[in-house]
Amino acid sequence: MTHRIAVVSTVEGDARGSGYLHKIKSLFPESDLRSVSFVQAYTTDAQLSDAEIKKVAEQLASPAIEKYFTSNIPTPDTYAFAIEIGYLPGVTDNVGHTVQEMIEDLTGRYFAGGTHVYSSYFLFLGGQISHEEAGKMSQELFNPLIERATIFGTDEDIPLVVPHVKLAGEQNTLEVDLNVADAELMRISKEGIANSDASTGLRAGGSRRGSLALSLSAMKTIHDHFAELGRKPTDVELESLAQTWSEHCKHTIFNDPLDEVKEGIYRRYIKGATERIRKGRKGKNGSKGDFCVSVFKDNSGAIAFDDTYLITHKVETHNSPSGLDPFGGAVTAIVGVNRDCLGFGLGARPIANVYGFCVADPTDSQPLFRDSQRKQQLLSARRILEGIVRGINAGGNQSGIPTPLGFVAVDPSYRGKPLVFGGTVGLIPRKSPSGSRGRPRKLYEKCANPGDYIVMIGGRVGADGIHGATFSSESLSAGSPATAVQIGDPITQKKFSDALIREARDRGLYSSITDDGAGGLSGSVGEMARESGGALVDLEKVPLKYPGLAPWQIWISESQERMTLAVPKRRWTALKKIFDRHDVEATRIGEFTKSGRCVVRYKKKEVMNITLAFLHDGRPVEQQRSKQRTVNRKQNSELGTWNSDLGAALLKILARPSVGSTAFISQQYDHEVQGSSITKPLQGKGRVNADAAVLQPLPHSQKGVVLAHGCAPWYSQIDTYTMAAASIDTAVRNAICAGASRDYLAILDNFCWSSSDTPERLHELKEAARACYDVAVAYGTPFISGKDSMFNDFKGFDSEGNRVHIAALPTLLISAIGVMLDIGKALTIDFKHAGDLVYVVGETNDELGASEYCTMLGEMAGAVPRVDVKKNARAYDAVGKAIERGLLASAIGVGRGGLGVALAKSAIAGQLGMRLNLIDLPGTAKTTDNILFSESQGRMLVSIRRDARKEFERIFKSVALTNIGEVVQAQSLAVEFPETRISLELPTITQAYRSFFREW
Amino acid sequence: MKTKPRAIIFSGYGLNCEDETKAAFEMAGGTADIIHLNDLIARPAILKKADVLIVGGGFAYGDDTGAGKAYGNRVRHHLGNEIEQFLQRNTLMIGICNGFQVLTSAGILPGALIGNDSGRYLCRWVDIEILGDSPWLKGLSKMSLPIAHGEGKYYAPAATLEKLKQENGIALKYTTGEMCEYFDLPANPNGALDNIAAVSARGGRVLGMMPHPERAVSFFQLPHWTYLKEEYVRRNEQLPSEGPGLQLFRNAVHYFV
Repeated sequence: MTHRIAVVSTVEGDARGSGYLHKIKSLFPESDLRSVSFVQAYTTDAQLSDAEIKKVAEQLASPAIEKYFTSNIPTPDTYAFAIEIGYLPGVTDNVGHTVQEMIEDLTGRYFAGGTHVYSSYFLFLGGQISHEEAGKMSQELFNPLIERATIFGTDEDIPLVVPHVKLAGEQNTLEVDLNVADAELMRISKEGIANSDASTGLRAGGSRRGSLALSLSAMKTIHDHFAELGRKPTDVELESLAQTWSEHCKHTIFNDPLDEVKEGIYRRYIKGATERIRKGRKGKNGSKGDFCVSVFKDNSGAIAFDDTYLITHKVETHNSPSGLDPFGGAVTAIVGVNRDCLGFGLGARPIANVYGFCVADPTDSQPLFRDSQRKQQLLSARRILEGIVRGINAGGNQSGIPTPLGFVAVDPSYRGKPLVFGGTVGLIPRKSPSGSRGRPRKLYEKCANPGDYIVMIGGRVGADGIHGATFSSESLSAGSPATAVQIGDPITQKKFSDALIREARDRGLYSSITDDGAGGLSGSVGEMARESGGALVDLEKVPLKYPGLAPWQIWISESQERMTLAVPKRRWTALKKIFDRHDVEATRIGEFTKSGRCVVRYKKKEVMNITLAFLHDGRPVEQQRSKQRTVNRKQNSELGTWNSDLGAALLKILARPSVGSTAFISQQYDHEVQGSSITKPLQGKGRVNADAAVLQPLPHSQKGVVLAHGCAPWYSQIDTYTMAAASIDTAVRNAICAGASRDYLAILDNFCWSSSDTPERLHELKEAARACYDVAVAYGTPFISGKDSMFNDFKGFDSEGNRVHIAALPTLLISAIGVMLDIGKALTIDFKHAGDLVYVVGETNDELGASEYCTMLGEMAGAVPRVDVKKNARAYDAVGKAIERGLLASAIGVGRGGLGVALAKSAIAGQLGMRLNLIDLPGTAKTTDNILFSESQGRMLVSIRRDARKEFERIFKSVALTNIGEVVQAQSLAVEFPETRISLELPTITQAYRSFFREW
Repeated sequence: MKTKPRAIIFSGYGLNCEDETKAAFEMAGGTADIIHLNDLIARPAILKKADVLIVGGGFAYGDDTGAGKAYGNRVRHHLGNEIEQFLQRNTLMIGICNGFQVLTSAGILPGALIGNDSGRYLCRWVDIEILGDSPWLKGLSKMSLPIAHGEGKYYAPAATLEKLKQENGIALKYTTGEMCEYFDLPANPNGALDNIAAVSARGGRVLGMMPHPERAVSFFQLPHWTYLKEEYVRRNEQLPSEGPGLQLFRNAVHYFV
């Protein structure tokens, strides 16, 4: 019997109802919507008596604020329409899951298999509203890829809906005939393996399982391999090879030869830079020594924190899923990268999350469609950003990990696919504590041993994230797409994180661990099998969310919140006990072996048997060729002077989304949890977003971790070498200004490219990688980890049905992580005191190309900022020294928007005015707009107390340093230029800075 | 001298402030153990050895169905009697943030915490004035602490509120002070009834508060310490080392020694 419990608030002015009213009203200001009442519903198909349902309902409604209904959905006295929004079958329903646990705890009985609790909510819309209007409103409230929305009039009954999963696919393993023509091989690769019976196809109305994305030569290699073995590959084997050999997992573009770079650009330019830097530091002690400990080989990179601890860092992207379901995609982005931290060594404790959102202007209202019939519309730019923001909120806050740092970068090229960066910093002891359980061992190394159990922990496996898999259900039309993306469940992950980090790790109960990310079990088991030399898996042992999954699906499903462990047999009981106490599911699904093979069985039948050699190294290497663009892109060095009002221009730039305040994001992400926050994401009285953050990971140590980012994709429109160099320079500069030093600073690279199969883009990639080497080596900042996402393209249709291709700007996010010896020296960007002297460090050159100023004016003129590594290195060291000696009161890196924005930010943050003279700045910038808005790299804006002047200036003997004026108490900014002057009131610029996202 | 008072810090199911809460309590001179709810349920006798119970911040059960509800229900079902016995001794208990939500859901403190008026999670510093006579707040009159919550609006039906006032159970109120003036922020961050930030019961021995004292035990945790530092430097004065939240834990320790 199906039951439904409804809960309504009894508090006057319930925030949820009024929140929806506000939201809908802002989207439909013309409508007559007067009220929205909110009703939460929980539907269950579990066997429960009426008495039990009543007891459950009593628990779900707090008597002080809520009441419950078990027989009906309560309706307000008057309303026009009701909308019910719930999940589609099989979509992760965290609320439903919690209620299920509540009921199980109350009744003392576990739910029977296949029964669940399903959450949904009703909105009752009051006012003169038409059915059509209600329909349009519902479109803004639900995402058809993961949710269902039903509209009811006042005279309609509200039915009970159970979104039960019913899989119609076949559960057998197929053999795939690769003895076919090339065209058919490519069809298998592009459209997927054909199901044996089209009428029971997983894809309603279709008969293919979705792309394998293998090249023809890879398909042929697989064909030849199995021909030699004298058998056909199974679908499990083919899917597994496709996962393992994918660009996503093997980073083929970075690893395969590109032109004359035989070893690939990753080995030469990225890893090569790190190796060279480490070699130079070898044998040296103290601050000149090599601080890298584990780089490029584990799920995160690690550097020394002190004699006892390491810090780790990893930054990931989750772009395509975030375009489809921004909330679910972003939760998964952050919770997923948390597992790269938990999966470092034997498990690092996450101590900070960072984020970066590259999106289109959220006010952009051009509709775009995925299909030529224009039925599948892309979510609006605004909904994408809102969803992403909410997703990182849920993932980070619920996991209890502080989020001290992030950014938003806006460009129209991110309209098709947003870039969602999520990073996690971890802390791990070098060694386990010595105790009764054997000798201490290194925690940053791991190795699965033959004979260890393969143990899967965390969530269960469903069809989430399997290409092409679709569900159907009784209550919904066939063919409704199922979980194109996964929705994270941070609490399930937090539970196993506690069990691992607090208890199991230090007791030596497992010998290796990795994340079930891309490729699911096929990825994690396949990878760990290399440590032991083989693996044997029994797929029927894998716990499933619902019955009906085929072996290949179980093997490659990317259902979230899972990790795979290698557990010595004699430790299993003790480990299982810990997970049981933490209410975490842990299941033995096989054994690591030394057979040299990855063998997978399903109900005793072998469905995969491939040598590790072929699985991991069988992929044919592809020679890639690049080609420089014939027409130099948008390069035009002639730049006149715009006779615009510079003060007005500055206000306009401050009001742009890439520059203006994103306080609404910073303050909804908990940055104080763990008590480690030293410098905040919003700094100074005026709460200005900073581009670096300092944490104190251990309450009893004064040592700090400095985090910073640099991302300058706009310069790619002119030159990707410069773009990459500027991104590194910016990250380093931001870190230095917060208190880091070049001696103890590492960086991470995240390349997000587009159209990476074209020679022109490959050339741009090679140039960017070359810059990475040059600049990283010059600064002595090693890469410790990186990731790439090479096809951020959207191919669809506009509202007229014309084909549209939107390719994301070649983007490189550089994340910096450093250690500072004394958090008491950390610095913030706000001016502190009237009378302090203001200096610019570095040269201001004629470099307005692709600047925020030019972008605002729609011009693409000018040179992009070049990075002079020698000069900049001296400048960074001088500023570092001044901070070390406690001479600076504030420091900010001059970045997007140039000196004008840096000045404004420090003034707004300090809520202090300034009187400046910019007549005589060193560098080639001479026109006023150049002086104010050029984005020349290597510059910093600092303020000092007057009595520190002599000592301060002495440090800068060989560095361009200009005293440009002073901080004043007056609430105004007065700046003298060679031919003009500007004067702005502080409240005006503060308002401009906060204007873009003010209503968010 | 009496041995250090011992606190038990609840954990599990998404609570997440245990480590820093333990650090704060120990900084104040006590000793604390982090114990999983399931272990307490399995061996409730553990509570007999504790002087202080702490349910700290976090996101138990992801706030699903309402913050603190699922965890509070489990506490009430499985440990209701044991906690009652614990409180009949001369002991202390505190719920911070999610812990406050758990204690109201478990019926240990009156009222409820509901969604912020803004409809959004908010992390910032607030100023609070101290009322009532909870031993946790002894000697304090005003302080600033961080908050971080989505459902922190204190609400109670009129009768409950009246009773709370009569029993001197309103412990903290949001007010305008150093932080609100410095950052130009409103005093009440969430729409809480009567600006209530904390309530207490049993003569103040049980305290539930939305702000996080454990995140404010060091000077360098203050949101404007880099500004204050410049002021100290210019006056040629030593920087302080402590933050305002530490006194609260010290009070708890001094209650026993």
